[in-house]
Amino acid sequence: MTTPRTPSTQPRTPGGAGSGSRAAVLARVRAALRDVPATERPEDVPVSRDYRRSHLDDDPARRLAVLHENLVDYRASVHPATPGAVAATVARLLAERGSASCVVPPGLPEEWLAELGDGVEVLRDDPAGRPLGAERLDAVDAVLTGCAVAVAETGTIVLDASAGQGRRVLTLIPDHHVCVVRADQVVASVPQALAVLDPTRPLTWISGPSATSDIELDRVEGVHGPRRLDVILVHADGDAPPAP
Amino acid sequence: MPAFPTFPKAAREATGNAQLRHNLRKATGTIRGKRAAVVAELDDWAELRRAGKQIKERTLRHLDTYLEQVEAAVIAAGGTVHWAADAAEANRIVTDLVRATGERDVIKVKSMATQEIGLNEALAEAGITAYETDLAELIVQLGDDRPSHILVPAIHRNRSEVREIFRDRMGEWGRPAPDDLTDEPADLAAAARRHLRERFLSSKVAISGANFLVAETGTAVVVESEGNGRMCLTLPETLISVVGIEKIVPTWADLEVFLQLLPRSSTGERMNPYTSTWTGTTAADGAGDGPGTFHLVLLDNGRTDTLADTVGRQALRCIRCSACLNVCPVYERAGGHAYGSVYPGPIGAILTPQLRGTADPLDASLPYASSLCGACYEVCPVAIDIPEVLVHLRERVVQGDAEHPRAKGHLAERVAMRAARTLLDSPRLLGAAQRAGIATRRLHPGRLPGPGAAWTDTRDLPQFPDESFRDWWARRSAAGEGAPAAPAAPARPTPEAGQTPEAGNAPASGDTPSTTPTSAPEERK
Repeated sequence: MTTPRTPSTQPRTPGGAGSGSRAAVLARVRAALRDVPATERPEDVPVSRDYRRSHLDDDPARRLAVLHENLVDYRASVHPATPGAVAATVARLLAERGSASCVVPPGLPEEWLAELGDGVEVLRDDPAGRPLGAERLDAVDAVLTGCAVAVAETGTIVLDASAGQGRRVLTLIPDHHVCVVRADQVVASVPQALAVLDPTRPLTWISGPSATSDIELDRVEGVHGPRRLDVILVHADGDAPPAP
Repeated sequence: MPAFPTFPKAAREATGNAQLRHNLRKATGTIRGKRAAVVAELDDWAELRRAGKQIKERTLRHLDTYLEQVEAAVIAAGGTVHWAADAAEANRIVTDLVRATGERDVIKVKSMATQEIGLNEALAEAGITAYETDLAELIVQLGDDRPSHILVPAIHRNRSEVREIFRDRMGEWGRPAPDDLTDEPADLAAAARRHLRERFLSSKVAISGANFLVAETGTAVVVESEGNGRMCLTLPETLISVVGIEKIVPTWADLEVFLQLLPRSSTGERMNPYTSTWTGTTAADGAGDGPGTFHLVLLDNGRTDTLADTVGRQALRCIRCSACLNVCPVYERAGGHAYGSVYPGPIGAILTPQLRGTADPLDASLPYASSLCGACYEVCPVAIDIPEVLVHLRERVVQGDAEHPRAKGHLAERVAMRAARTLLDSPRLLGAAQRAGIATRRLHPGRLPGPGAAWTDTRDLPQFPDESFRDWWARRSAAGEGAPAAPAAPARPTPEAGQTPEAGNAPASGDTPSTTPTSAPEERK
């Protein structure tokens, strides 16, 4: 590295917490913006919002189908199910993947666990009392959660750490993530998702299992995050399961 | 002596490296195709791009307001805010913060800002080891190498080189690579997973950058693929984020533009696998979720100098997607190291000389590291007119200006230009010079002497004709033959056709200006 330039005059505040060169940087910013009229307000700088709020028409079945297709495209597995079939699907997926232990967050609907056999150990995270440590989670095979919202156009699931979703660490360390998405949680687009999410919550956006393109730009699935992502898409009884 | 050779010297060496050129051609070709496909899925790409540009424009024109706003929001959310005027100060702030925790090891999320300030080296001097956790950064770190691409820092390495580095060096940093390691990318990624897992689970301090910082809420956003970012942002007790002051966006809703522009431009994906957002120290359901201590270090380090240049300031709109690198014919042949900075390619050619100034010969050579073909402008998701800034910076290098008096002009070029002006101002002088040139035709050297030699190394000198047009015209008129009928002048070509998204016409959404209207996702397949 060539040494970066040291600016000429720097009043040094002693390295107390949260100070540094605050006044100096702000003064430089203002000096650099001499060309901006003093009367101009931020909202006077035009921003055209004529991009689409959504790239899909407003058809719920179509949204589900596009979500399904985009999840599969990025190597997640998708399993349509009616509300009554969620428990059986959860049990089948854990068995198929050989997951013998599964962690669940507080607030997860109990009925989703109804069909797990004795072969699966269920660990309940209790963040307020005794949260599971990272080492313990590292020995757990799977995690089961719901979600806050899912984005059809990008094949994305968003978790906001509320009931049924748990702390961010739960969905990060176990190698197998089973996520239940209800049809009414699916929005078409990124703008629609941001509109319903709360920025003050810790959010995790997940689009397929973890991946990297760092070696020769070949996409490889499975690095540090879960290597398997199973999405159970719950549609109402009587609706045909969505098919891409 | 500069620490790095100037761009032409470094590029000459790099272009002689067949392996490097092969790696780069393959990698950039792959990513160009993917980007074009996912950009074509959105029929409002032009509108998104304009909005992205305008949001950044608004932010930059009122950066002081937004900086104060983001500071207040982060503090309200339980974080601590530090301000660093330059690299040395940022490094000192971070080093002190790590020291205060009593830890000697930190884990890192891939971050351009910390590369730029040389944080790892500064920490090492203080006896603190920084472990890179992004796969490519790990390859670079284990290989005692430097990153050569914004998105894929190890783009100059192919799979077998990566395998060698892992086999030889992993053991020195932690868990060694397995003996039967193959060069399959999946196998290499699995080795990195095993190597880093224990470190993730035991580290108490993490250092990151941020892709975006939302002023109204104080929310930081990290966009990634591997999950190493999530590990660093979730598991440690202390999180320190070093963020350039230009990374701010005004509102939460503004992310709706950038979370569409960035993944599609960067990795050619509809969405990157993982995005994490956090606001100060977040507590979910009354229990801690993620680091209990959050420090934000706002970094200037030349950004305010860049902001002061009304033409060059648009470089600060950059969201570090690297699309401009992947389409650049110069980058594809020279590679990232030739740019002598963590910001290579077209964006580096305009960002580095502005952040660091043009006093150093390397930095002064960067604005010339381009053929001005304009492909970078076309793919830039925030419509940075890189060619315009390149030309502007060339002028600065040659002339120097009040703001940058240290910029050394190109003396020979200035002399030649002055001579040309004298000559072209006078028809009499020009005619005389042309006749002198024709008379001495046989004596013209194939290559110019002195400073002109560099020019003729790669170009042929134009041949003089038997007679100049002016003399031919004068001779025919004198002979009374009348002027020949002038051919109909061709319509003046407009160089901007299909190139200026600003002129109200939509930019090409693929890599070719002539793409047909794109189809919406529902029409795919």
